[in-house]
Amino acid sequence: MQQIINFIIRYKHFLLYIFLLMVSLGFTIQSHSYHQSSFFNSSNWLTGNIYSASSSVTSYFGLTEENKKLVEENKRLRKLLFNIKEKDTLELDSLQQQYLITSGKVINNNYAKVRNYITINKGRNDSVAPDMGVITTHGILGIVENVSNGFATVQSILNEKSKINAKIKNTNHFGSLKWDAERYDVVQLTDVPRLVKLTVGDTVVTGAKSSIFPENIPIGTIQKFDLDTSNSYYTIDLKLFNDMTNIKIVYVIQNKDKEEIMNLEQATEDEQ
Amino acid sequence: MNNSIFVNIIRFVLLVLVQVLVFNQLNFFGFINPMVYILFLYWYPVKENRAAFIGLSFILGLAIDFFSDSMALHAASTVTIAYIRPAIMRFVFGVNIEFQSFRLGNSTKAQQITFLALLIVVHHLVFFTLEIFSIANILLIIKKVLAIGLSTLILCLLFTSLFSVKKE
Repeated sequence: MQQIINFIIRYKHFLLYIFLLMVSLGFTIQSHSYHQSSFFNSSNWLTGNIYSASSSVTSYFGLTEENKKLVEENKRLRKLLFNIKEKDTLELDSLQQQYLITSGKVINNNYAKVRNYITINKGRNDSVAPDMGVITTHGILGIVENVSNGFATVQSILNEKSKINAKIKNTNHFGSLKWDAERYDVVQLTDVPRLVKLTVGDTVVTGAKSSIFPENIPIGTIQKFDLDTSNSYYTIDLKLFNDMTNIKIVYVIQNKDKEEIMNLEQATEDEQ
Repeated sequence: MNNSIFVNIIRFVLLVLVQVLVFNQLNFFGFINPMVYILFLYWYPVKENRAAFIGLSFILGLAIDFFSDSMALHAASTVTIAYIRPAIMRFVFGVNIEFQSFRLGNSTKAQQITFLALLIVVHHLVFFTLEIFSIANILLIIKKVLAIGLSTLILCLLFTSLFSVKKE
């Protein structure tokens, strides 16, 4: 017993170090395979408020540009609205709408790491919940991962763990959208079968298989494509429409049918 | 003694804020975000309770992690350099370290830079190995350690000359 105590006293620093290292490695490795911990993220009260204080100062610098973007989008949406052939008032009934939109402001944005997260200033109080899609005026941005009362962290598409269903525009060929952590303006689309005819410059949009994003949200254009090692699928490099380094206003999408879809899929899986 | 604790608390808070509000947003060349908070470990008094130092470094790393959504990567790498700091100091400063009168300000510039550079290299190696976590991307790890390590070193040297310890 004496010896054990002596041993502990002698190596107490080493043991303390090993203990703390194990704690931090535990958190880290857990996050490699699973979701971010619900505690260690920048959506909590303290970090959220510090970030929003800092962003309330810096957000003034890009206002002109942001206004231009919004006018541009309004123009596009108005054009769409005026050119609808049959105006059906039923479609405008808010009870019939499948998707609800909340707008938010980015208060912290990362794109230089392997697993990038974005913090926005909307949270549980604005009915933002995990697994909702987030987009900007130009295209897809990511998926909400954690929420607190006033803030939320978004898993950016520039994240190794991100995997989103996408398709080539105007076809039904699906693939999954991933990121190889190399460039912040290029993402990869994999698992597109070889028989698909591809051209550089084709547009890629979100697919219908996901219950997170509505169909046909723009992602990017094809920059380069190669067959993968098995020679049966393409690996495609996409140039993003979004400038990931400069994001201010985002829209969070809530799919009202999502719960029903999830329950149904779960029930089907359980039966097997 | 009390003064030293006070100074360290202020330093801790300021370094965390400077790191997360300025240097984490820098993105020089698209990927370079220097980690200047390592200066806390460089400036920390030599003759202090070692267990407290390791604990404090862990909390410092965790504080940075909170802000940058990086799980506990900063905590793991900071606690590592906190643990091996005495070994690095003995390597760089030799027997001088044993004297009561030893102060960082009294050592030569070359020794200070070596000490800082070793802290940064070990920290960045641990950090990026854990962050990228694959042997296949070893080139990416080396590229990041070199580029970001160099920028951290330059910025830390600028900071140390700005807020240099009083010469006595």
